[in-house]
Amino acid sequence: MKPASFRHLQPASVDEALAMLAEHGADARILAGGQSLVPMMNFRLARPAVLMDINRIADLAYIRDAGSSLGIGAMTRERAIETSALVKSSAPLIHAATENIAHLPIRSRGTIGGSIANADPAAEYPAAALALDATLVAKSVRGERRIAAADFFQGVLTTALEADEMLTEIVVPKAPAGSGAAFVELSRRHGDFAMAGVGCEIVLSGDSVSGIRLAACGVGAGPVRLKAAEAALLGKTLGKATIVAAARAASAEVDPESDVHASADYRRRLAGVMTKRAVEAAAAKIGQPA
Amino acid sequence: MSEKRTITLKVNGKTYAGLAEDRMLLVDFLREELKLTGTHVGCEHGVCGACTVILGGEAARSCLMFAVQADGMEIRTIEGMADGEEMHPLQTLFSEHHALQCGFCTPGMMMTALDLVHSRESLTREEIRIGMSAAICRCTGYEGIVNAVQDYAKMVYGNAAKGSRSDV
Repeated sequence: MKPASFRHLQPASVDEALAMLAEHGADARILAGGQSLVPMMNFRLARPAVLMDINRIADLAYIRDAGSSLGIGAMTRERAIETSALVKSSAPLIHAATENIAHLPIRSRGTIGGSIANADPAAEYPAAALALDATLVAKSVRGERRIAAADFFQGVLTTALEADEMLTEIVVPKAPAGSGAAFVELSRRHGDFAMAGVGCEIVLSGDSVSGIRLAACGVGAGPVRLKAAEAALLGKTLGKATIVAAARAASAEVDPESDVHASADYRRRLAGVMTKRAVEAAAAKIGQPA
Repeated sequence: MSEKRTITLKVNGKTYAGLAEDRMLLVDFLREELKLTGTHVGCEHGVCGACTVILGGEAARSCLMFAVQADGMEIRTIEGMADGEEMHPLQTLFSEHHALQCGFCTPGMMMTALDLVHSRESLTREEIRIGMSAAICRCTGYEGIVNAVQDYAKMVYGNAAKGSRSDV
């Protein structure tokens, strides 16, 4: 099918975009990379009256070293994140998540801000942002809000963003020294939506787990922080028994739904298997050069 | 019905102009306005890869962009591959390896392969399989496609002069 008619607006600056959003609010959709929104428009599942295209706002695409964190502009393409040495060394979980996003031609256009603001339950960046306690910076003509990832994701395609707000930056705390990170997922074809995926950042003190961050995608209404699985590992000796305990905890704490791709039971089982693989892969990365 | 605007694109080195409503997809603009029908349109939701073009040096889905978004950009399509009667090396390899049957996916396969090979400095067969999974073929079973891309990669990486981004 083809999209319904809309009015295409193309602001050249963030201020211009915020003024347009203040005017059009709920009638407008923001077009970032378009790799999720345009399919929905082509199928007429989305019919915005106004499409505000922010692709020409050049100063929303950047990766900045801000000391203890990285600031990633909302319009930074996934492909730019994938090839960034700074992201790979300072936020390896974001790098690993990116490698799992769709295919190269999709990553050429798709953006980190678009993925996070769209909040697809199967998407990788929301899970990575949640695992890392990233901060989402939202702007409107009313001012700026800095929203914790834990408060940002509120359900299927639902976030804390108000109709007149735009996500402008993702602030990602840098990975602690001596940590390892991995993002693993399972899909029918490489690059398809994950039936389940898990991101992990781990720090070891000797054999003991001194830091652990785990979040899953594809197994709930949004990204899921795997708190019980984290608790099963923190302060424990990393070994087969603790990893199996964490995997079981992950399976028990997620609440997936059945769909055409996988049943709820299968996804629940996968959440555990992906947790095991993510923890093992992240631990294996410790001490390896970025 | 929204008004039509003039869109100017540089396609395969040549400047084109045409009229597009805001809602016209880039792939439809290429095919229906510019009459460049080599780029195919399949699923219209970014999954099949038939509409893949090279946009500003990177492979992208032309069904997931509006023509107005591409105004002023440079695009390469399948029509830009052969030099007159002489096929591009990747086209020759697709022919030699029987990497196509019906040919519907082939333009998108070639654009995907060009970006994949030229954006890297080396590729394993497994990496080629993952990279080429960006486009779906319902005839060949992929072996011929992977073989053709692997030979093309060998040719590009073994020949610095041909391994430049300018070839994409």
